Amino acid sequence: MKIEVLGTGCAKCAALENVVKEAVAKSGKFAQIEKVDDMMTIMEYQVVSTPGLVIDGKVVSTGKVLSVDDVVALIND
Amino acid sequence: MWYELSKEFIYNTIGLEGKLADASHFFIYDTVKIWFLLLSIIFAVSFLRTWVNTEYVRAHLQGKSALYGHVGASLFGIITPFCSCSAIPLFLGFIQARIPIGVTFSYLISAPMNNEIAIAMLFGLFGFKVTVMYIGFGLLVSILGGYFIGKMGMEKEILMDVKPINAKLEADLVRFSMKERAKEAWDYTYDIFKKIYLYVLIGVGVGAWIHGYIPTDLIARYTGEGNPFAVIIAVIMGIPMYSNAAGVMPLVEVLTSKGMLLGTALSFMMAVTALSLPEALILKKIISLKLIGIFFGIVGSGIIAIGYLFNAIL
Repeated sequence: MKIEVLGTGCAKCAALENVVKEAVAKSGKFAQIEKVDDMMTIMEYQVVSTPGLVIDGKVVSTGKVLSVDDVVALIND
Repeated sequence: MWYELSKEFIYNTIGLEGKLADASHFFIYDTVKIWFLLLSIIFAVSFLRTWVNTEYVRAHLQGKSALYGHVGASLFGIITPFCSCSAIPLFLGFIQARIPIGVTFSYLISAPMNNEIAIAMLFGLFGFKVTVMYIGFGLLVSILGGYFIGKMGMEKEILMDVKPINAKLEADLVRFSMKERAKEAWDYTYDIFKKIYLYVLIGVGVGAWIHGYIPTDLIARYTGEGNPFAVIIAVIMGIPMYSNAAGVMPLVEVLTSKGMLLGTALSFMMAVTALSLPEALILKKIISLKLIGIFFGIVGSGIIAIGYLFNAIL
């Protein structure tokens, strides 16, 4: 599983990245986490409001910092 | 009811008198009232927002006429959240969807101006009428400001090469259960409140002190009819204050009650929210300094014009 956090270095983006790390640990699954700050890649995902969350190439959330439990639920989906 | 209750508490239970009692009553009454209104209005606004996100706005505005675009972008600016940290993806994303640059600016002016903190503070301090005026004139500035910027042919001032998407974007409202919406709205409200409650406390505290100790004619001389440049000075002072709207607005309210003209107050508050220095610094990465200058110039003069117009009418 590959999880990408999209964002250009704002405070909320860093917050979401930490949430994702915690959620992966909590879910017990093996996942590769990547922080994407290249604007062009973010635009290819059609995300306009950062931070965005992408799981296995699919955008699952934009513009907000999810809670750890929300991310765990998304990972288990 | 809360007014009498807090008055009773200060004058009779604690037994304060004179100016000190006046100031402390004002402080307690205002702080609690504004905290309450902040919580309820931010909750209401963020609850409504769970239906619409920025991606939806972009898809909706794609390929629309100029008039629809300017008006629609300004209206959407009211109900979508905005953080200056996502100004870049927003700006580029709109251009990518071939939304005209003027329409993009209409949104970029309206969204921060109509943020939930400003609206809640305005409503709490000045009441319904002033809030409606603020939103109404804010829409006017964002529609016309975006229109003028669009007319100036500023496309070459974008410093980044954006590959447009030709496909029609799909526009879906966010699907959630009511319970999830309420939870998300509450989480958001709590988050915002945690960040600003102290600013409100300090703002109202300083306001209470002015209310009790600074003579009215002094304030009227510098911010009222006695000073013809008050509006311009107010707008310039408003630019660096974006992040502190919650702390600044209680001061404006006190100044207004002591003789500052309402138009001057409105201009100042619009400058605080619409002209933000951090946003300009962020946008500098993708658009030229010239375009930022034009953006600030047009919005600034619009806001100043509204202030003078208001002071002349009222």
